[in-house]
Amino acid sequence: MTATAAYAPATGTGAGTASARPTPVARILRFELVKQFSAWRVRLLIGLCWLGPGLLVFAVDQQSTLPSDTLFGRWMHATGWAGSLVVLGVAGTWALPLVTSMVAGDVFASEDRLGTWRHLLIAVRSHRRIFAAKAIASLTVIGLLVAGLAVSSAVGGLLAEGNQPLVGLDGHLLTGGDAAGKVLLAWVCVLAPTLALAAIGLLGSVALGRSPMGLLLPMLAGLGMQVVQMLPLPVAVRLALPGYAFISWNGLFADPQQLGPLLIGVGVSLLWAVVATALAYLLFRRRDFTNLNNDGAGRRVLTLGALPLAGVLAATVGVVAVATGAGGSGITQDKVQQSVATVFAHLYRFQQAQMRQPPVTEAQLQTSAMCDKSEGLGAQEGPGNDWRCTVSWTVPGYNVAAQAIYQLDVSPNGRYIADGDGPVEVNGYFLIVTAGKAVPNPLWQFDGNVDLLAG
Amino acid sequence: MDTPVAVRGRGITKVFGDVVALDHIDVSMTQGQIHGLVGPNGAGKTTLLGLLLGLAVADEGSLEILGAPVGRALAAPDGVSGFVDGPGLYPTLTARQNLATLLALRPDGAPATGVEEALEQVGLTDVADDKVRGFSLGMRQRLGLAAALLTRPRLLVLDEPSNGLDPVGKKHVHRVLGRLASEGVTVVLSSHRMDDLEALCSEVTILARGRVVFSGPLSKLSDENRELDYRLRASDPSATRALAAATPGISIDDGPDAATRPDTDVIVVRARVAAMDELVARMVREGIGVRELAPVVSPLEAAFLALTEQEADR
Repeated sequence: MTATAAYAPATGTGAGTASARPTPVARILRFELVKQFSAWRVRLLIGLCWLGPGLLVFAVDQQSTLPSDTLFGRWMHATGWAGSLVVLGVAGTWALPLVTSMVAGDVFASEDRLGTWRHLLIAVRSHRRIFAAKAIASLTVIGLLVAGLAVSSAVGGLLAEGNQPLVGLDGHLLTGGDAAGKVLLAWVCVLAPTLALAAIGLLGSVALGRSPMGLLLPMLAGLGMQVVQMLPLPVAVRLALPGYAFISWNGLFADPQQLGPLLIGVGVSLLWAVVATALAYLLFRRRDFTNLNNDGAGRRVLTLGALPLAGVLAATVGVVAVATGAGGSGITQDKVQQSVATVFAHLYRFQQAQMRQPPVTEAQLQTSAMCDKSEGLGAQEGPGNDWRCTVSWTVPGYNVAAQAIYQLDVSPNGRYIADGDGPVEVNGYFLIVTAGKAVPNPLWQFDGNVDLLAG
Repeated sequence: MDTPVAVRGRGITKVFGDVVALDHIDVSMTQGQIHGLVGPNGAGKTTLLGLLLGLAVADEGSLEILGAPVGRALAAPDGVSGFVDGPGLYPTLTARQNLATLLALRPDGAPATGVEEALEQVGLTDVADDKVRGFSLGMRQRLGLAAALLTRPRLLVLDEPSNGLDPVGKKHVHRVLGRLASEGVTVVLSSHRMDDLEALCSEVTILARGRVVFSGPLSKLSDENRELDYRLRASDPSATRALAAATPGISIDDGPDAATRPDTDVIVVRARVAAMDELVARMVREGIGVRELAPVVSPLEAAFLALTEQEADR
């Protein structure tokens, strides 16, 4: 309720005009949370986030066809942790921008719609405290929703497949405990870009008032950044976008971990979160609440919203470029060859174990890869689906060299899918019965990741 | 001894861009009275109410509320509550939740009325646990009033509080406002309903185009030298008509509306007060019973129309 209400001293008639203390932030926060949780939209989101992923993962796991085009999707039958990572990948593209739009993108605009701003401001007596309470309330709700996605998807996966080892991005095996820790860490990492989107939501909600654009801003920003990540941009630009941390958690599942891009992505996201929140606060303080028709920031959206963020982007690109020395796409022939050889070696050992063959070491395999792009024509770097790799290794026990061919589809963000192109006995499609279950040959198709910042 | 004044404004001016919302107005509102604020749309009523609630600051002039000068910073004056442009309510909360959450926003130590008491005062106890989403406009107005009462104000500012109220709700609200005034609370309310203002207010300020065209007790609005239309119902309509025609200073309204009037025993006459006194005396002498005599348009409305039209003609 926000009918205008001012503190009236119990006694005395000569009261000052603003002597009463402002309401403590904790009480305003409670008020904001009561409002948030009373809205059907938020209740629906909570239900969806806490139940949906678990049910979805469980249901998908019962199917014979898995979402192998999604990272870790091909391993959903192998371990319960893969389901949570599939949900994390999809959430970064769709769910988290949507969640931030619905919560942070509406937290200020809802007061405009209900016509309650003027009453709230007088009841609370502090713009700063209202802003703080609204920002914290949105982050609390968003945190609850992200936690729901993480917990629900993990529980769904564990119920379906249990706490089995997870095959990492370079083919090495993570024990159930390691996988659990890394899955948790990955979810924590995506909180950073989620915070950045939430801050953009606060900014849009303050700046655009009742306009639906305010509500849509985090969604559009999130999707925009995903689209940009698909473009062949220089590495410095890619890493300077706050959305990169929605992807860079992949590096946690390599060995050694690709922490450079991850830390930069998280840092950039947090920077955007701070700057966008500060800009939202500035716009909020400068808003004229006496005029009912004025529910946005007008031209200040550009000067106090878009331009400073463009400046942050430009500065971050410069800093990242100088600090990392990264140029070009970050996808070079050497890196692709190294990555493919590593993944193949790991998965070869995994395949041997599944087929109950004597264990081999990577030293025995002496795996190497020769890759070219566009049949060796043009620059041998950059993303594309025209990479072709010939993997060579020494067959254990026979001391003879063997070769297998893969077609690679390398995405601009460094992730690739390798598709076995023969010989079929090595990387063709066939089923291996292991632990009572028939699973596809792990060397048939596999995912890998090129470290864009590696030297 | 001077009458205590709750609001005193001198030379108040408020400009929004090119629009002069208030143009050097002087206002004075007596403590413990219900003060009506009337004026055509765009007259500056809402702006003045906003100044009283601390939603805006005057560009020029001085304003004193409850004995304390209002500063240049936006801040709600102590002891003031109310609403402007309708009560701010959260539709997803119940009436009780709306009040309870508002109460929780009070600073420590601030005096307050209990939620239940406030609900009871405005007659919403039965629907206290219903979501405000389903409330009618009148119920929202009453809940807005309950919210304003939570802080035990000494100056209550209400913008169109009777909007959407049914007769029972209106009576309820009037009773609450009357009681508050009797307890020493100053009530300032704006309304387009002249009958409400006449029933409630002891003082009124009429605004037109950002200027005060009248401010003072309602009784001062009745100008005995102004001709008014009166609706007269008598025991013998034809004899009354003849008497009215023969009384100096009285003209009978036989305009086009007269033929279509549903109550044919009613005549409408135009006269000054003195002429009406003479007509009533003659009717009594002739043994004609006066069953109804009232101005067609209330004195407040007549004054309002006359004064605002004068201002518009300037």
